[in-house]
Amino acid sequence: MAEHYRIAIIGSGPAGLSAAAHAATLGLSHVLIEKTGHLSDTISRYQKGKHVMATPSQLVLRADIAFEAGKREAVLGAWETAAARAGVNVRYHAEVIAIMGTGEPIAGSLQQVVTRRRDGGSDRRELQRCAPPYRLMLANGDSLVADAVILAIGTQGNPNLMTCPGSDNANVQYQLDDPAAYNDEHIFVIGGGDAGIENALGLAADAAQRNVVTLVNRSAEFSTAKDANVTALMAARDAGRISIMTGTTTRSIGPGWLVLDTGEGEVRARCDRIIARMGSAPPRGFVESCGVAFASSDRLAFPPLSAVFESTAPGIFVVGALAGYPLIKHCINQGYDVVEFINGNRALKPADEPLLEARLAGLPGRHGVDYWLEMLRSNITILNGMSPLQMREFMLDSAVRSYRAGDVIFARNAPGSSLFGIASGEVLVEVDPADTSITVPIPAGSIVGEVGLISGRPRGATIRAGSDCIVVEISRTAALKLMSAVPAAAREVARITTERSLLQIFKSGLTPADLTDVIASAKVETVRAGETIIREGEVGDDIFIIRSGSMVVEKAIGGKTIFLNYVPAGSHVGEMAVIDGGRRSATVRAAVKSEVVRLEGEAFRALLANRPGLATRLREEMASRTALNRFIESRKDSFGGVVEMYTGIANFLVDNGIGEATDVLLIDEKLCVGCDNCEKACADSHDGLSRLDREAGRTYAHLHVPTSCRHCEHPHCMADCPPNAIRRGPAGEVTIDDTCIGCGNCQRGCPYGVIRMDSVPPRKPWLIGWLLFGQGPGPGEPDSAWRYEHARKRPEKPKKAIKCDMCAGQSGGPACVRACPTGAAIRVLPEQFLSVALLDRDSG
Amino acid sequence: MASRGSAHEGFLRHANGRWCKVAILVSGLAIAVYALTDATPRPNGGTFAGYLLGSLAALLVLWLTMLGLRKRIITRGPYSLKAWTSAHVWLGLSLIVIATLHTGFQIGWNVHGLAYALMMVVILSGLYGVYAYANLPAQLGANRHEATQPQMLEAIRALDRQLDTAAQPLGHEDAATVRLSLEQCRVGGSLRQRLTGRQPGCGNRRARDAIAARVDVQRRQGKPDPALTQLLFLLERKDAALEQVRRHIAIKTRLELWLHIHVPATFALLAALTAHVLSVFLYW
Ligand SMILES: Cc1cc2nc3c(=O)[nH]c(=O)nc-3n(C[C@H](O)[C@H](O)[C@H](O)COP(=O)(O)OP(=O)(O)OC[C@H]3O[C@@H](n4cnc5c(N)ncnc54)[C@H](O)[C@@H]3O)c2cc1C
Ligand code: HEM
Ligand code: SF4
Ligand code: SF4
Repeated sequence: MAEHYRIAIIGSGPAGLSAAAHAATLGLSHVLIEKTGHLSDTISRYQKGKHVMATPSQLVLRADIAFEAGKREAVLGAWETAAARAGVNVRYHAEVIAIMGTGEPIAGSLQQVVTRRRDGGSDRRELQRCAPPYRLMLANGDSLVADAVILAIGTQGNPNLMTCPGSDNANVQYQLDDPAAYNDEHIFVIGGGDAGIENALGLAADAAQRNVVTLVNRSAEFSTAKDANVTALMAARDAGRISIMTGTTTRSIGPGWLVLDTGEGEVRARCDRIIARMGSAPPRGFVESCGVAFASSDRLAFPPLSAVFESTAPGIFVVGALAGYPLIKHCINQGYDVVEFINGNRALKPADEPLLEARLAGLPGRHGVDYWLEMLRSNITILNGMSPLQMREFMLDSAVRSYRAGDVIFARNAPGSSLFGIASGEVLVEVDPADTSITVPIPAGSIVGEVGLISGRPRGATIRAGSDCIVVEISRTAALKLMSAVPAAAREVARITTERSLLQIFKSGLTPADLTDVIASAKVETVRAGETIIREGEVGDDIFIIRSGSMVVEKAIGGKTIFLNYVPAGSHVGEMAVIDGGRRSATVRAAVKSEVVRLEGEAFRALLANRPGLATRLREEMASRTALNRFIESRKDSFGGVVEMYTGIANFLVDNGIGEATDVLLIDEKLCVGCDNCEKACADSHDGLSRLDREAGRTYAHLHVPTSCRHCEHPHCMADCPPNAIRRGPAGEVTIDDTCIGCGNCQRGCPYGVIRMDSVPPRKPWLIGWLLFGQGPGPGEPDSAWRYEHARKRPEKPKKAIKCDMCAGQSGGPACVRACPTGAAIRVLPEQFLSVALLDRDSG
Repeated sequence: MASRGSAHEGFLRHANGRWCKVAILVSGLAIAVYALTDATPRPNGGTFAGYLLGSLAALLVLWLTMLGLRKRIITRGPYSLKAWTSAHVWLGLSLIVIATLHTGFQIGWNVHGLAYALMMVVILSGLYGVYAYANLPAQLGANRHEATQPQMLEAIRALDRQLDTAAQPLGHEDAATVRLSLEQCRVGGSLRQRLTGRQPGCGNRRARDAIAARVDVQRRQGKPDPALTQLLFLLERKDAALEQVRRHIAIKTRLELWLHIHVPATFALLAALTAHVLSVFLYW
């Protein structure tokens, strides 16, 4: 008979450990099951000496294990001791591989499990949920039984394992802690993603280690890795430090050797160590197979939970990162709370109550947190499908405000990517910038600001409060989470966006009623970077509205592809064919990954027939586009070289991320004298750390794109920041605030390699002292020797993510541009720069 | 269609040549003052016009010197170093007119003449600087081929490591030749070497020539040694890499060198100017 516990806790991260410690303190029968041989695997895999941060600082810790910011080793050491003192019953080296209910089948409770196959298809099977107690199967064949299960396995998942014969050999490892630990070895790194490349580079970095490093990649290209990593890899190969084998897989492994399958046949090689970095499988599959559903198929989705963290499987509770709360403090509190709940204390107020009280403080009336959460949830349509727990999490990233009639909620052209939900009252949209009295009302329950959210572009219109109203501002992150958690909300946002962008683009007194047919024909499509949506010379009359991303318009002239125009999100393409019925006159392809709304030409033509005003407007617009095309064509005849140069520069800039940028630093290499005053000014105006590398980066026709933030429309860096420290500021800048915990996710996420992790250097003495007496390191970023010498007096500051903030808050604007003596450094807005004005840039 | 960015101008043409126009205007006014005031017995620094032009010139020199501070003290307010450089260059040139008129064309071998001469040194070196700033950057960029200076140096170190490995199986004599490349090959060196980018007797060049001759002989005999051919290949690559860094450093040196005259001469000028002004007021 298997052991039987009241509570089984799976995973000994901060969430699971805290739960176990509380269960032990309460004297409940429990077991803490941990896959590895130590507590808290995610944290013990942080880089050595990493400063673990304890944000949010206002959140009080309620737990039986202590936690305060400090070195990784100290934090883990304290937990180790606390667990032993509380008498936690830990079972190490025990991986749970299945959980099933041993009670009666629960009527009508079915779980859909979808598994994706390599070839892109998917398998679907149905699972009947059974009532607790649950039987937990371990990887070694043991099993145990528990009345309640707490899933706290985090989101790291399992590394994808090698499957060839011999891959259980001791010389195969899935992680590399310290590249400096290996000497004189023949090492094969398997996997050409960022992790594999970084490991290979690390192992080969110091020639004195005399390692022979080979990187093996299954495909011919390194398409999933960052450009900067691929460039560094190629440089290392050219320098003879690393060998690369592409189009190659492993066939078998033995002690001291391995056999590879290359394109040209089998190769046997000496091999002392294999480091396999083939990505990891998220834990979702395992979690679903336990009967715990996810909110949607979206990658960002989490399991929907009740107010007491109970999942769709009764008796299985989910806490920590897997529940959508990645910060350690939240994890610890939830571990405590969930055990209280299981133990019957259902009245416990969650620990984030004070945070929410503070969020809701400025609102009229003396209502509590629960009142406001319920009022927002029931009044705003897109929030209707949220659970109380989701509402709490949602509110941590959102702000509720009350406005008096006439107050401006946001202004036209202000940057902003948040969404606004109207909880009560009514707001007015100023549709005509020339006459603010022309407005369109939007009632309570609906949303505004969706264009900024979807496209990342500045606000298209000013929004005022029409009556006294209560509005919730939903940050971009919270809005994305919301849309993945509640599919109905995603559909509603998509419908509203399409309708409003049509009204916005085609104006001419259209009403939503006119558009019903056109919208019914609308399809939202995702377009990969470089993919063509309209091809010159083809027949077709669909119209495309660019929701996010951007497009380039090209035309073949005299056998060459010539760049005609850059079309940002919010614009439309393809209407010419509907109007004049001809073939497509130019090719349109995506500059970056984009989303378009495809409207059928048929439905649109019907609309045009009813609304002659619209046809006239479109014809005017078309005339100006045709004129532009003709202008460029005429230039092509007289100055062929200039137009080709223009095309070349445009393509170069698009390849370097300008297509998704909102503001980018460029350097004219015909003017740059290499004084690095831009870098020095950057460092001197930002804590002594430069956020730009002037010399690095790509160059074309003397135009240089340095390594510096592009302030992307949809910043990749924002996607996975545990404390949500990355935001878009009032001037459109993407900035990182103090709550950064230094996890490095944003650095890995940014495709342009512009984020660095560093700690603030000691303060420099006054510059005049340097000018007159040579005191201190002088202007710019102090070198590491000086930093080292002067840091010893004070404790080292933790490493955090550092990037360009566009000098927000400095009245003079970006210091790099101000400090350039020759005018070589310029900041440009892509759609202005990628215009015909480029033609006048004298070609070099 | 003056949009932000694409219509950008360098410091010489900043704001449609605003400071060029101002400098011409100021010079014109100075000439007018000089011509229209009636100086007896003859024009010099001591007349009313002389004092006027002299004070203007002295203030200008002080202001021109301030560029060194403006460049390094990064304040938060709105300013543009490009505008400062533009004004610096054009107003600096107008000094030629203003100061020369201030002398009344009487320049002798004394502290006053010294101040004037130093000023001309500063101005002429500045003029050369403008020439360098206009012509060298494009070469600097084109020579880089998107590599940064640390990357160029790292490439050479990497080649050195490969050379070292490739030299292991070689005989004593060939190994000694390779050591020439490893041990007697510098990137920087004396000012002259940095400026020209040439290193006569560069160890790598010597090693390359020697190995090339050996490979040549072997080739003619029809039995080239692959190890030696590989070595030659490495030495040639290192030669190209060295060429690139040295050119990079040469251009950078030329972009900076004139400042090493311009700035010290400025300080000498300030000293001479002080002496000039004091002597005029105290002993005249
Ligand atoms: C590099 C980095 C730095 C970070 N820095 C900070 C920081 O400074 N401050 C901060 O607040 N947050 C930080 N975070 C986030 C934080 O570490 C995680 O979100 C947090 O650890 C999640 O805790 P958890 O308890 O939910 O899961 P985890 O800590 O991920 O723990 C899950 C545990 O479950 C075990 N497990 C998994 N599957 C099974 C199974 N099937 N059977 C048995 N055991 C299993 C794992 O071995 C692991 O020990 C950082 C994250 C990273 C990646
Ligand atoms: C008496 C007159 C002048 C004085 C006192 C003077 C002084 C200075 C000083 C102190 C600097 C700062 C150097 C540094 O800190 O790096 C400088 C820079 C410079 N000067 Fe002059 N200068 C004078 C005239 C001129 C003239 C006439 C020209 C051009 C025709 C000129 C061109 C320049 C240029 C191009 C720079 C470099 C700007 C930069 O890179 O930041 N100067 N000058
Ligand atoms: S840091 Fe990178 S991803 Fe983030 S906005 Fe800047 S360029 Fe884009
Ligand atoms: S800003 Fe970057 S390093 Fe800092 S917490 Fe967010 S993702 Fe992690």
